[in-house]
Parts: sequence; structure tokens; C-alpha cells
Amino acid sequence: MAREMMYGDAIAAAIIEEMQRDPSVVFYGQNMAMTERDPMLKRFGRERVRIAPISETAEIGIGIGAALTGLRPIVELWMSEFMLVAFDQVINEAPRFRYMSGGQVSVPVVLKAGYGFCAGWAGQHSNCIYHTMMGIPGLKVVVPSTPADAKGLMAAAIRDDNPVVYLHPYMLTLDKGEVPDGEYLVPLGVADIKRPGKDVTIVAVGWMVTKALAAAERLSGEGVSVEVVDPRTLAPLDVKTIVESVRRTGRAVLVDQAPRHSSAAAVIAGEIAEHAFGSLKAPVRMVTALDTPIPYSEPLENFVVPNEEKIVQAVRSVMAHEAVAA
Amino acid sequence: MPRKSVKKSPASATKVDHALVQRMYTQMVRIREFEEAVKRTFIEHPGVIRGHAHLGDGAEASIVGALSTRRESDFVMPSYRCHGYPIVLGTPLRKMMAEVFGRKDGLCQGFGGSMHLADPSRYFPGTSGIIGQSIAHATGAALSAQVKNDGQIVYCFFGDGAAKQGAFFESLNMAAIWKLPIVYVLENNQYQAYTHFSLEDANAMAGDPLSKKADAFSIPGATVDGTDPMAVFRIVAKAADRARAGKGPSLVETKFYRLSAHGNVITVPPLPTQFPEHEAVAVYGNKKEFEHWKSKDPVARLRARLLKDRVLTEASAKRIESSARAEIEDAVQFALASPAPAPEEALKYVYA
Repeated sequence: MAREMMYGDAIAAAIIEEMQRDPSVVFYGQNMAMTERDPMLKRFGRERVRIAPISETAEIGIGIGAALTGLRPIVELWMSEFMLVAFDQVINEAPRFRYMSGGQVSVPVVLKAGYGFCAGWAGQHSNCIYHTMMGIPGLKVVVPSTPADAKGLMAAAIRDDNPVVYLHPYMLTLDKGEVPDGEYLVPLGVADIKRPGKDVTIVAVGWMVTKALAAAERLSGEGVSVEVVDPRTLAPLDVKTIVESVRRTGRAVLVDQAPRHSSAAAVIAGEIAEHAFGSLKAPVRMVTALDTPIPYSEPLENFVVPNEEKIVQAVRSVMAHEAVAA
Repeated sequence: MPRKSVKKSPASATKVDHALVQRMYTQMVRIREFEEAVKRTFIEHPGVIRGHAHLGDGAEASIVGALSTRRESDFVMPSYRCHGYPIVLGTPLRKMMAEVFGRKDGLCQGFGGSMHLADPSRYFPGTSGIIGQSIAHATGAALSAQVKNDGQIVYCFFGDGAAKQGAFFESLNMAAIWKLPIVYVLENNQYQAYTHFSLEDANAMAGDPLSKKADAFSIPGATVDGTDPMAVFRIVAKAADRARAGKGPSLVETKFYRLSAHGNVITVPPLPTQFPEHEAVAVYGNKKEFEHWKSKDPVARLRARLLKDRVLTEASAKRIESSARAEIEDAVQFALASPAPAPEEALKYVYA
């Protein structure tokens, strides 16, 4: 059975179901469960649902220490940029313990944060910082693009024995979609073909998946068949699914909300260059944010961030490239 | 939050127990001999120890005094200066030395080295080499202990330098608001890497003990002579009792003196490296300070006291010392004979 649910509610459903299933799951963060009326608090009590002060280093570090010693903490960090004040814990602590100990310990902690809030939050609250984390061996990075994936990937992240950074695009919070009831797991490290096609592959991340699907729909009216691949997990990255798609279509457009050189798209472009070079009929195109901080005013913000129109233009250009070359 | 068991630790008794101090002396000698052997390796077997090694000589009374209050399943979370603690926990010295030497039979199979020993089977889950960050991890272990509610507490050890990191202030605040079962042992060895603590600590500059930092979190704080294991034992026992009773964290400053330099000299291969002179001499030219504290060497001090109090005879003290020396020599030989790990092993353990 499935029912329609908002993206944000789907995340909460996964957390509640996993907390019911496993008493070692605890959940804490700033500005949460502040009154006794809080539904999570009512259900699981103060031992497992806690208020944290504004102390990201301790919040994440405590999550790591608790994970080392038998709990499965979920740390609510709200916005991915808040992790930056505690980046040692994210980059140079959580993913190191298992390796440095020669496999003796594991760190099953989930760091949950929204990202890319392009709604007038300006320079410091609208960013996409996953690129920095997807190159850290030992760390997993998840970016769900649908309510169903949001639920399935959260449940899988909680059960995973590694540190997982769970990044949800803030712009999708109210989006609705069919979400399976009860236990539902989406395996980490497996990409999803959100729309099959044969002329061009769009690899899109997070919020950009919905933009890519809208662009694909428009392009189908022009007779262009677009395949949309959603990596879902940026680390470990499902290179195989992406490369196989590009080998089939011969064209790749990579859509990413991050600036060009700190995008997942840049990493994916490298993999395509190495593994699908012989299949390419046109150069790989990256549709990313422009190389600026995110501005406040709406027309400025819209100018910087990728949109459906920019994606359509990029697909047309890779299609035209073949026509010119032929 | 209520706790199941509120039994007092054996340490609450103030009477000096002969068997206990003899055990303490034995452990302190084992730590000292281990650290001396590591130091000698730089000269006797150049190149065997890579990177940076940090020794705990001078900290023996603090380590052993504090851990003598520990119960079987309490967690121990020290910093990267981590050799002494697993020695007390009973971790095989052969495996420890093999890890310091980067060998296959090492505690962490050569993946961690001197700074990153770990023995989770003995409630020592690992360390961080980034100063102060492990204070947060220890606090997380205390969250585990509290949620599981089976009477465990956490012993968190860190230096005076770490007590200026944000992780220290954030963690102690959270431990206080959550009343976590943890004892923070601030090992004031007087040097933050190369800088004397009086130059970088606000409490020290004001002439206050570093334990005054506890006031910021409205938790108990105390400073104790960290060269006297019994003094450390008594005060940490109180803090441990408080943690076990569900009353939350305490901060204990154990004041002593690091007897070796911060670490071996940082050199670029193939230049050989070894331990330099202590910072007091090498950086500040203050031989007098170094000699003063050397005269308060906790191992020698305890030995003299135990002989004077007739807890030990000269012969029994020598037996303890020669037995420790033999044990460590055996560990060194084992580690030297242990093979290097196979290169492709490097791909293991990235993910669980």
C-alpha cells in the first residue's frame, strides 16, 4: 500500500518507523521537541528525543561517540551550512574511526540537513556543499529527490553502519508523491532512472531532478527522448548506472544546483570522460549554478540557479552538436 | 534522569589499600617502560616509527589514579597521547607496540599507529588526533551509557591545550544539560604542544586553576596533584560516584608535567627523527623548571613513598620493574618480527 505524502512528512515517517523498530535510534537537534506536545517526544520520550544547544561540533561529535558505543543517532542539523562550523567532525572524524581502528569499530550516525534553500535566504543559507563530502572515503552522502526516496533512503541511512550525510533539498519539502506504507528501504549507492529515454542522458541531483523531468517532458514535444538519471546517493556514486545510460544515449547533460567546480556534476563528468568517451556523440554539458554566491533578490537568484529553460537549451545544444558534426 | 544502580565505587574508602597502591605502582612502571621503549626505538631502529608519536611519561599517576576507580565496562576515551590507557586496561603490549611500529599484528593492523590505538573489546573505542575533538566523542559515549542505563560511565582524558577548543565548551555544556555520566579529566601537563599554558589560558593568566572552567557549566570542578596517584584516585572517585548516581559530569584537573617533548621532531623523510629536548629547555631555555619537575617524577616519587611506608621492599620494587622491562622488551621483539601489512590491505575497512 502507498499513499500520497509530502516530502518532509516522508522523512519524518521513516524516522518514526525506525525509532519504533530499533531502541538504539536516538534523535536530537536544535529547536526541536521543545514542548511536551511534540509528537516525537510523546512517542519516544526525553531519553531518545532531545533538545541540543547551538553547538554543532558537540552535536555531531556526540553523535559519533554515541555511534561508536552502540547507539544509532540521527542529528538534526537543519541547514547543511551549519555543518561547516563543525566540518572537522564531519570530514575528519566520523569517516576515519573505522579505518584507523583496522575495522574494529563503526560509526552508524546520520547527519540530517536541508540544503539549497533558494527562497531569498541569500549568501549563507542557500548553498550546495555536497561536493566537499562526496570525495571523503568512509562517508556516505544521500540526496533524495522524491518523497518515496526520502523515506526509503532515510530508513536505509539509519540502518547503515557508516556515517551518512542525509541532505534534503529544502525546495522539495512540500512536494507530494506516492510513498509506500510500512517498511520501505531504498539501498544506498544505487541510482534510479527516473525517466527512460534514448537520445540524451540527463544526470540531475536533488531539486534539479524535478527541473530535469519538466525539461524532459517539454523536449519530448520536440521529438527528443530524454533519459533522467538520479544518482540518489552521491557517495558511493553509482557510476555504472550513469555510464551505461550515457553509452546508450551517447549524450550527457549534467544538472546540478551547485557552482560548476564544486558540483557533483564535475565529478560525474570525469567518470563519463574516462568510461564512456567512445560512446559520446557530443561534449558533456554541465548546467550548474553560476560561479557567484547566492544573491538575495529574486531576479538575481533566478539568474544564478539552473532552471528548466537552461536545461532545455543545453539538451538542444548537445542534440545540435551531432547535427553539425554529421 | 534516574539511574538503576547507585552503588558507590570502592574508591570511596579513603584508607590506603596496600594491594591497590602496589597495583598502581606496577601499572605506572609498565606505562613508563613502554614510553621509554618507544623513545629508544627512534635511536635503536630509525625509521621504524613513522609520523608523530606522543608519550605519556609524567602522566602515569593521573592515568593510573583515575582508572583505578573504573569498573569493568566503563568507557575510556583519551586523546592521541594514548599509550598509557590501554596498558592499564590490559591490552596486549605486543599488539600495541606492533601498531606503533605499523605492523600487521598491530592492534589496528597498522591502520592507526601511535596516535590512533583502539581496543573496543576493552571499552576503548579509539582516539582523535585533532586536539579537543575527542571530548565530544567521549560525551557521546556518555549519551550511550545514559540511554542504555546499565551503570556505565565514561572517563574522558584530554590536555590543557584541548581545554581551549570549542569542542570542550560545547561538550561540557551538553553533558551538563543532559546530566551525562562522564568524568572529564583535564590533564594539565603544562604545555600545549610547544606553548606553556600560562601564555594561552585565561584562568592560568589570572592565577586561577584550570578547573575553574567548570564554573561556566555549573558543575563540580577540582584541581589535584597529578603526580600523586592516590590523590587523583580519591578525587576522581568522587566524580565517578557522582556520574554513577546520575548527577552528571565533573571536571578534574590533574596537574603534572609532561616529561618528554610534545612529540618526536617533525622531519621530512629520509631525515631521521627522534625526541628532542623538552620544550622548557629547547624553546624557553628554562632548565631549572624542567629539573624541578623532573624531581617530582610521579613514578620515582611513588616508589620512594612505598619504600618509606614499607608497602614495598627494594627487592619487590625491583621485581616489578624488571618484570615490566622484560614484558616491554618482549613486545618490542614481537613488533620488530611482525611482518608489514600487505599493500592491498589498504582498501579494507573504508566502509562497514
